[in-house]
Amino acid sequence: MNKPIIEINGLSKKYRYGPSQPYYTLRDSLSNIFKPAPKNNNDSFWALKDVSMTVREGEVVGIIGPNGSGKSTLLKILSRITMPTRGEAIIRGRVGSLLEVGTGFHQELTGRENLYLNGSILGMNRKEINNKFDEIVDFSGIEKFLDTPVKRYSSGMLVRLGFAVAAHLDPEILLIDEVLAVGDIEFQNKCLKKMDEVAKGGRTILFVSHNMNSIEQLCTSAVCLVGGKVGAEGKDVNRVVANYLKVTTKGLKGKWVNKNKKFDSKYFFPKSVSLIDMNDNVISSSTRNDADIRIVFKGHIKTPSKSVIVGYNIYQARSNILLYSSFSTDGKPETWPIFKKGECTLEAKIPRRFLNEDEYRIEPMIVYRRSLADKLFILKPGEIGVSLSLSIKGGLSDSPFWVQNRGGLIAPELKWELKDTV
Amino acid sequence: MRMETVIRSKPVWQLLDFQEIWRYRELFWVFAWRDIKVRYKQTAFGVLWALLQPLFSMFVFTIFFGNIAKIPSGELPYALFVLIGLVFWTYFSGVLTNASNSMIENENIIKKVYFPRIILPASKAVVGLIDFAVAFAMTTLVILYFGQTVHPNIIWLLPLGILVTFTGSMGLGLLIAAINVKYRDVRYILPFFIQMLVFITPVIYPTNIMRPAFARLMAVNPMTAVVESVRVAVTGSGSVDWGIMIISIVSSLVLLTVGLLYFRSTERFFADII
Repeated sequence: MNKPIIEINGLSKKYRYGPSQPYYTLRDSLSNIFKPAPKNNNDSFWALKDVSMTVREGEVVGIIGPNGSGKSTLLKILSRITMPTRGEAIIRGRVGSLLEVGTGFHQELTGRENLYLNGSILGMNRKEINNKFDEIVDFSGIEKFLDTPVKRYSSGMLVRLGFAVAAHLDPEILLIDEVLAVGDIEFQNKCLKKMDEVAKGGRTILFVSHNMNSIEQLCTSAVCLVGGKVGAEGKDVNRVVANYLKVTTKGLKGKWVNKNKKFDSKYFFPKSVSLIDMNDNVISSSTRNDADIRIVFKGHIKTPSKSVIVGYNIYQARSNILLYSSFSTDGKPETWPIFKKGECTLEAKIPRRFLNEDEYRIEPMIVYRRSLADKLFILKPGEIGVSLSLSIKGGLSDSPFWVQNRGGLIAPELKWELKDTV
Repeated sequence: MRMETVIRSKPVWQLLDFQEIWRYRELFWVFAWRDIKVRYKQTAFGVLWALLQPLFSMFVFTIFFGNIAKIPSGELPYALFVLIGLVFWTYFSGVLTNASNSMIENENIIKKVYFPRIILPASKAVVGLIDFAVAFAMTTLVILYFGQTVHPNIIWLLPLGILVTFTGSMGLGLLIAAINVKYRDVRYILPFFIQMLVFITPVIYPTNIMRPAFARLMAVNPMTAVVESVRVAVTGSGSVDWGIMIISIVSSLVLLTVGLLYFRSTERFFADII
């Protein structure tokens, strides 16, 4: 069997905190000569600690982890931009690193000139660039502006040009850092598709991303870094991703309890509202979109009344209201529940593959409504601050098309049928 | 056979990894090409600037130092005397400035891509050579204008002069470039430092107005021998002062070694501290 294409043994990197790191002045150093060296090592931290792994040729490895967990540092060491403090890595092949789109672009130069400049910086030679020139220009879609200085480009055009060059990079090992988080959705998908093509062509890729969908779609194995160490790894990408999401989004508020009987009325006393997954657990971390989510209301009916209405609002991350729902607004009066005195449980369902990948806030509503004008809110959304949080990550669709979150607000799967075209 | 790279905290160290530099030769030329392109974008005079600067200085210096202060210029007319000094000095100071700033100027590239860092300052030296060629062509015209007979020595004195200028400016440039990454004060000191340097270089005066021992000391500045010996070749006598020449050559080589040593031993931290 061949030797692995990348071998990493006990790789560690120490960085120093504080002002001494980014900005030195000669005067400071001169005046520090006569001061004793600082004794404590508290001002440094390990960005990477004893990381070991092997990568076989043709593997596409997704590297995930919370911010500051060492993902970028690992790529920087492997691309030889920075040195490890300890440990070693052996790389067998030509490395192309893509830590940024459009590295080295010069504002004064034209698109054409920057294409050559950027291509060379990323490691292509002149012949390669010449051969792929038309393809790159075509991919970028900016042929009309090829001879315009890039200082007159929009930021979107710059990204397109930068990525077009990057996408045609053809080394044996490709290191990619979160470059897909730019550009419009359409172009992002184009890029991901190109990356998939490259990966299927047998290239070895290390891919850092926060986008779990693209990791699941593109990668053949995954490594999760936590605090500079390898937390989980393996060929089962979905498992590593699920594991990671569980750790990082822990503490989402999936259940509200009416403590101290703060909210009460003579008709209905709400006890709790919770988000429940398909295994009957309260949802407390991000959840995949391929299973229904239940919203469960528990309460005590003190005086049965037809005027009590239960519902909820869903708000999208940036406080846009996405939808209102309540049993009285969503069905015929015959289907409305008839409350009896005593304990009661009400359940609403958010169907699978309805919400998009995003963060949501769900605010329960319980209202006593005698007439349109006469309303008594027991729980009033948008005002009292009772809310549950829901985070959808992954499981968006079975189509290979959506490797990112879908464009638009919601992401339902709708039916398609071919009718005879006579 | 696949290329195998071993990444360690203490890599195998060599003064210059020629094999690697050769692999990156295209990027070296691309950096040079970029600088030339960028320099003359949106300029009305373009490459003419390489002429205008020394030409204008020549007129001003000739009026003030030649005609008013009456600084002796030997067998040469003062205008030509000072022009030769200026052409070499401009190359030297240009390479020194650009090489010294080459790391911080390309900070965004250094932080994102690996390449042997030395190709950046080195490409600056090549770019400077173009301006030098243009300016020297003009100097030739001035030589013809004054009807000077040139000694055949020029055939090897000129390349030697360029080589020593290159070596000296690269050495000092590498040293300052590496310090510049760590200490941003350098950016403010550098223009002042270069301005001072011109006074200890025989650009506006000849070395023979001072005591020979002092002239020897001045030769530690490699530009001394370069400027003086090219002038001698242009006067037609062609008698090179070998004492001064050897001091300058050795001094430029020492500068290059020190610069390289410091640059190479600190470059692996550049991306972390820049």
